[in-house]
Amino acid sequence: MQFDNLADFLQMSGHGVYVWSAYIIVTITIVYLVWSPLARKRRIITEQQRRLRREEYEAQQKAGSSTSI
Amino acid sequence: MWSFLKKLYHKLGSPRWFYDISGKWLPWLALVCAGLLITGVVWGLAFAPADFKQGNSYRIIYIHVPASFIALAGYYIMAVAGAVTLIWRMKMADVVMRSCAPIGAAMTFLALVTGAIWGKPTWGTWWVWDARITSMLVLFFLYLGVIALSEAFTNRDAGSKASAVLALVGTVNIPIIYKSVDWWYSLHQPATLKITEESTMHPDMLYPLLIMISGFYLLYAVLLILNVRTEILSREHRTKWVKALVLARP
Amino acid sequence: MHPVRKQRLMVVLFIVIGASVAAALVFFALSENMNLFFPPSDIAEGKAPVGKHIRVGGMVVEGSVHRDQESLKVSFEITDYAEKTTVVYEGILPDLFSEGEGIVASGKLDANGIFQAEEVLAKHDENYMPPEVSDTLKQPKGSAMPSSKQDYK
Repeated sequence: MQFDNLADFLQMSGHGVYVWSAYIIVTITIVYLVWSPLARKRRIITEQQRRLRREEYEAQQKAGSSTSI
Repeated sequence: MWSFLKKLYHKLGSPRWFYDISGKWLPWLALVCAGLLITGVVWGLAFAPADFKQGNSYRIIYIHVPASFIALAGYYIMAVAGAVTLIWRMKMADVVMRSCAPIGAAMTFLALVTGAIWGKPTWGTWWVWDARITSMLVLFFLYLGVIALSEAFTNRDAGSKASAVLALVGTVNIPIIYKSVDWWYSLHQPATLKITEESTMHPDMLYPLLIMISGFYLLYAVLLILNVRTEILSREHRTKWVKALVLARP
Repeated sequence: MHPVRKQRLMVVLFIVIGASVAAALVFFALSENMNLFFPPSDIAEGKAPVGKHIRVGGMVVEGSVHRDQESLKVSFEITDYAEKTTVVYEGILPDLFSEGEGIVASGKLDANGIFQAEEVLAKHDENYMPPEVSDTLKQPKGSAMPSSKQDYK
């Protein structure tokens, strides 16, 4: 360990602001890059589920109406 | 050998095959990637010694250099996928090319931003229009251009062709970025990691950097797979296998 | 290969080669302007314009730094190991500024060949090592006194 205590580690002999802001920006960007395709995938799946259920329902309705005649 | 490659090519051309196989690999890749990145960051931030001139500010190298490497390597992948799209009209190549662009743009952005943050305490300025930094900014705009062109057409094929052409034209920029610090007088220092010679970095500082670089390469693979899988689902949503997959989900 | 694909391959190659040639020509024409700064040799040869906003760069000559006692004025010489240029500056120098290190200064060259700097940037090299290691090396590799011109491009 290069630092004696947490305060030292955060300050990084005066360069802390630069080092930590760089690491924070990188972390946020990586989290976003992982999250965005997963969120889009989730959206596509729910959309398709809804569509398939609607189609199934409509097919049933049609079948139901044709037998009632 | 040739028949194996041909088989692999045909398999890679099948979105369903890719979706199945990548789903099996993804958790392991992500696990190794997270392990490498956490090890690298902790080692680089807390255990690597301070630099004799720059002190602790040099610790930004552990994210700046890997992000820059990925930004450049990712461009090659995108351009090759673009060439395959143009020549063979392979469905999967187009998917890969479109998936590469946002990841590459984000990595180039990170390289530029971390470089600016590092430049302030060491050089004394956030930004300077030297050959390396300017050519890196051009790379960022090339990525944005590929994204914009691929979305600009209502006809998807036209968008793919246009963005593939731009991606190919932009490959010229990559060797310029690499060599910019050797060809011209610039503020940016020459490469620390060299292929043919010994690196000009002390081993205690170099090992965490190598770990971070391999971690970023894996991160790129994970991100690319995630984007490609999502794009496959979106394009193939009318096929039987995607319908079955969607209905199997809770 | 299928003739249509061969034709497309040719188109792709044409795009890449065409773009490369175009870029090569542009950079050949711009090659002087792509340099961020003038080295002292160019200034000695009169290549650098006088009175225009330019940048100069080189290694700070050991023992040449003179600081004014009352103000932030400082003067020093920079060299590319062929020629020397005197730089005058008033302001705070970056942390990494020291004798034997590379700098890039922006400002104007006056009629006497003295560079009036408005901004001084430190240019660090590609060597990284812990302080203990650099102490044990009398001459840190490539940092204190680089022997070739390559070192401070």
